[in-house]
Amino acid sequence: MDKSFIYAAIIGALLTSQAHAADNEVVLTIKNHQFAPAEIKVPANQRIKLDVHNQDSTPEEFESHSLNREKLIPAGAKAAIYIGPLKPGRYDFFGEFNPSTAKGVVVAE
Amino acid sequence: MFGTGLIVFRETLEAALFVGIVAAATRTVAHRTRWLALGAALGALGSLLMAAAMAQISSWANGVGQDLVTVAILGFALLMLAWHTIWVSAHAREMTEDARRLGSSAAKEAGALWAVALAVAMTVLREGAETVLFVAGLVSGGTEGTGSVMLGAVIGLMLGVAVGWLIYAGLGKVQPRRLFGITNVLILLLAGSLASQLARTLQQADWLHWLSDNAWDSSSLLSNDSLLGMLLHGVVGYDANPSQLQVLFYVLTSVLIGWSARQIRLRSTRA
Repeated sequence: MDKSFIYAAIIGALLTSQAHAADNEVVLTIKNHQFAPAEIKVPANQRIKLDVHNQDSTPEEFESHSLNREKLIPAGAKAAIYIGPLKPGRYDFFGEFNPSTAKGVVVAE
Repeated sequence: MFGTGLIVFRETLEAALFVGIVAAATRTVAHRTRWLALGAALGALGSLLMAAAMAQISSWANGVGQDLVTVAILGFALLMLAWHTIWVSAHAREMTEDARRLGSSAAKEAGALWAVALAVAMTVLREGAETVLFVAGLVSGGTEGTGSVMLGAVIGLMLGVAVGWLIYAGLGKVQPRRLFGITNVLILLLAGSLASQLARTLQQADWLHWLSDNAWDSSSLLSNDSLLGMLLHGVVGYDANPSQLQVLFYVLTSVLIGWSARQIRLRSTRA
């Protein structure tokens, strides 16, 4: 078999595996240095898109050690964070700039 | 003030350790301080500009604009470190001879210092923009007095820089014969760390799906937030809960750069 055909097949397979978009979108709002909702239920073993909207006039940093994510959300801005696929369980997250009030948890089930 | 200082310290630490290590690695090169200072200054200036544009950047590409910029910054820094490592290997013989003869390398051997300066600029830029936004947010938020915020920020910054200086001074105690080998390894690990963070950003933005499961979870042993965890993150890229792709990127990058540099050094000393 032609080598380039094999390469093309491999690349094609990789691209298709990349192509499935995240169907699960969750909107997460930051207001008064708190996350709403503070508990997010998501299906396990699927990719999830978190649409984070910071409605405060100060920036926040979404951070989660267990989700291995860290992203700055400027004042009044929106940003997307992709997480998962997750095993069933609870994954804490917090706002690094206001850790005493900005707390939340992703529950995968 | 304490909270402000702590966060500024954390943001500063990684860049300060980076600068400390590359400053030690380029100790014998002429005009090194000038180049590194230029890189840090460029990065600081860029931080202000990027902080001002961050809200726009965030909204690009359906909310992953920041990741796009981070990938560019990390990728460029990685390229510059790789270029420097390879360049030094190719000129290893002349540099050692010059150092023996003159006590330091001649100006012409400054060669790839611009690459190191740009890598420093990228590192300062990445950490700096976040710090600027954070401090500006606190000042405009007004819950804490401006004086208190600025004092906390300055203390955090100075403590971060002090740790960077400590690693530089510590490496200065190493015998010159062994220093080269040690800093070579440290720079390879810095490159691996950049590659690991690159992998995480690509996954966070949903550009790469593969190997997203975590490779291990050592957060109960040594968390990212502990002082040792932060130090190890800055020096060897420690991560308590990395994805498998991060580990793969880390290992491949440091091995690939290290192996290429070795091949080139062997060839140049043989010639």
